Amino acid sequence: MTRFQWILAIGAGLASLLTALGALPDASWGVLLVFGATAAYSALRFIIAAPVWMDGVLTAAEVIGVFSLLAAPSLALWSALIATWLLAWLFIERLSRSIRAGAAPALGLLVPLVFGVTLLVLWEVMVRGFGVPDVFLPPPSTIWGKLISSVPTLWKDFEQTFIKGVLSGFALGSIAGLVVAILVDRSPFLKRGLLPIGNFASALPIVGIAPIMVMWFGYDWEGKAAVIVCVTFFPMLVNTVAGLNSAGRMEGDMMRTYASTYWQRLLKLRLPAAMPFIFNALKINSTLALIAAIVAEFFGSPIVGMGFRISTGVGRLDIDMVWAEVAVAALAGSASYGLIALIERAVTFWHPSVRGGRA
Amino acid sequence: MTAIWRSRSFAVVAVVAVLIVVWYLGAVLLNLQPQLDTYQRSGAAVPALPQLINDLWSQAKPILPAPHQVLGEVWNATAAQDITSKRSLLLQGWITLEGTVLGFLIGTALGLLLAVYIVHNEAANRSLMPWIIASQTIPILAIAPMLVVGFNAIGLMGLLPKALISTYLSFFPIVVGMVKGFRSPDQMQLDLMRTYNASRWTVFWKLRWPASTPFLFTSMKVGVAIALIGALVAELTYTGGGGLGVRLLTGSYNGQTVVMWAVLVVAATLAAALVVAVGLAERLTLRGMGAQPA
Repeated sequence: MTRFQWILAIGAGLASLLTALGALPDASWGVLLVFGATAAYSALRFIIAAPVWMDGVLTAAEVIGVFSLLAAPSLALWSALIATWLLAWLFIERLSRSIRAGAAPALGLLVPLVFGVTLLVLWEVMVRGFGVPDVFLPPPSTIWGKLISSVPTLWKDFEQTFIKGVLSGFALGSIAGLVVAILVDRSPFLKRGLLPIGNFASALPIVGIAPIMVMWFGYDWEGKAAVIVCVTFFPMLVNTVAGLNSAGRMEGDMMRTYASTYWQRLLKLRLPAAMPFIFNALKINSTLALIAAIVAEFFGSPIVGMGFRISTGVGRLDIDMVWAEVAVAALAGSASYGLIALIERAVTFWHPSVRGGRA
Repeated sequence: MTAIWRSRSFAVVAVVAVLIVVWYLGAVLLNLQPQLDTYQRSGAAVPALPQLINDLWSQAKPILPAPHQVLGEVWNATAAQDITSKRSLLLQGWITLEGTVLGFLIGTALGLLLAVYIVHNEAANRSLMPWIIASQTIPILAIAPMLVVGFNAIGLMGLLPKALISTYLSFFPIVVGMVKGFRSPDQMQLDLMRTYNASRWTVFWKLRWPASTPFLFTSMKVGVAIALIGALVAELTYTGGGGLGVRLLTGSYNGQTVVMWAVLVVAATLAAALVVAVGLAERLTLRGMGAQPA
C-alpha cells in the first residue's frame, strides 16, 4: 500500500472507532459490530496483508450501518459517514492500482460504479441527516419513489420530447449535415467559402432560434425537431468535411491507379476514413439535441413534454417531479451516448483507439 | 483574377452574399401571404411590384424580417438607445456577458484542477472520467431552474446561479482537452525528466504544463462559446435579472420577431468576440513562449 492509502486506511479506522464508541450507549448490536470490526481490522492491517475485496465488503457493510444510524441523526452518524467515505475511497484507490497492475480488466467497470453509489449514499445521508428541505434538494430515494409512481406521465413526456422531437430532428439534422458535407466536398470553392462559416456557426448560440422555430412550425413536436435540425447540422457539416479530408493521399493515389471512380473512392476509402469524425459529431449532437428540445419547449408546447413538465414543476414547487424528469433525461442522454459509442466501436474497429481497447 | 477567385476571403464573401440574397427572397416568400391578407382586410388593391416588395420588407411583425430591418433594430437598440435603458441591447448584452465570463472563469479553473487530479491519480481517472462524460448527457436546462430555485431558497440571487450553469457546461471541454494536453508529452521526454530525478511537481511545471498550452486554448475557445449558451439559457428560466435571454423571451411572447432576430445578432457578435479574444490571448501567449507562428 502507498502512503496515501495508509492515510486513508488509518483515517477510516479511527472514524470507525469513534463511531463505535459514540454509538455505544444506544446503538444496535449490528452497528457496533460493523464499526468495531472495521476499527479492529484497520489495526490488523499493520500485521497482515489485507486483500482488496475485504475493503469492498467492509464498505458495503458500513453503508448499511450508516443507514441504520440515519433513523436518529447524531454525532455518530457523521463519523460513520466519514468512515464509509474514506473506506470507499481506499477501495477505489486499491482497486484501480491492482487493475493497472494487471488484475481482471472487467473490474474496470466496478470503479466508476462504486464511485457513483458512494455519491448517491453521501447525497441521501447528507440531505436526510441535515434535514435539507425537499424544495431545495430531495434525497435520491424520494426521487426514485416519484419516478416509480409516475411512470405513465413520464413515459408520455418522454414519447413527446424524445421519440417524436429529438429522434426525428437528430436524424434529419445529422443526415442533412452529412449530405451537404459530401456535396460541399466536391467543390473546392464551396469548401473554402462554407467551412469558415460553418465553423463560426457552430460556435454561435443557435438554441436562440428556438422561439422563432416554434413560431414557424407550431407548438407541437415539429417546432422542436426544426430547432434540433438547425443545432445538429453544423457540427456534422464541419466534422464530416474534416473527416473526408483525413484519408491519406497515398491511399487515394493508389485507388486512382486502380482506375477507381469518384464514388468508389468515396464509399470505400474516404467515408470509412471519416467515420471517427462523423461519430464525434453524432456524440456532440446527441447531447445538443436533448438540450435544444427542452429549451424549445420553454417557448411553448402542448401540455405534455419534458421541458413543459420541468417548467411547470418549478413554478408549482413540485421539485420531486422535476428531478424525476431530470433523471429520465440523464438516463436517455447517457443511453443514447452509450449506444452511439457502441456502434462506433463496431464501425471503426480498424481505428487505433479501438484496437488498443480504449475509446 | 485566378488569385482572387482562389482566395479564401473571396469565397467566404461570395457565400455570405448568396446567403443574404436567399434571406431577402425568403423574406418575400414567407411574408407574402400575411401581407396579402392585410391588403384584403383594409380593402386596398395589391400594389405594383416595387411597392409590394417594399411593404414585404418593412412589416412591423414579419414572419421573417429582412436583414436591413434586423440591422436597423440592432442599431436602434444599441447606438441610438440610452445605455441605461432596459431596451438597450448593450446593457442586456453586458448582463449576459458578466454571467458568461464569471461562469467561464470558474469552469476553466475547475476543469484545470480536475484534469491535474485525473492525470496524476489512477483512481481519479477511472472513477471520475466516466461520470464527467455522463454529466454532460444530463440536459443542463433541466437543472437550470432547479439551481435558481435552490439558490433563491438560501438567499443567493442574480449572477451566481446563472454563472454556475455556464460553469457546468464549460468545465467539460477544459477537462477533456487538458487531460489530453497533460498527457501529450511523449515517453522520451518523460524519461528524460526521470533521469534528472525530477519530482512530479517539476515534471508538471516544466514539461506537462507548457506542452499542454495549445490544448488549453483550443478547449477554452469551445468552452467560452458554450458558456455563453449556458448564460442565455439560464436567463430563460430566471427572468428577474435581465439579459439577452430575457429579451428573447419577452420578444417571443409579444411576437416581436425583429427584436428576436436583433437579440440573436447581438448574441452571435458576443460569441464571436469572445472566441476572438481567446484566440488573441493564444497568439500572445504562444509568442511569449517562443513558438513559431503557424
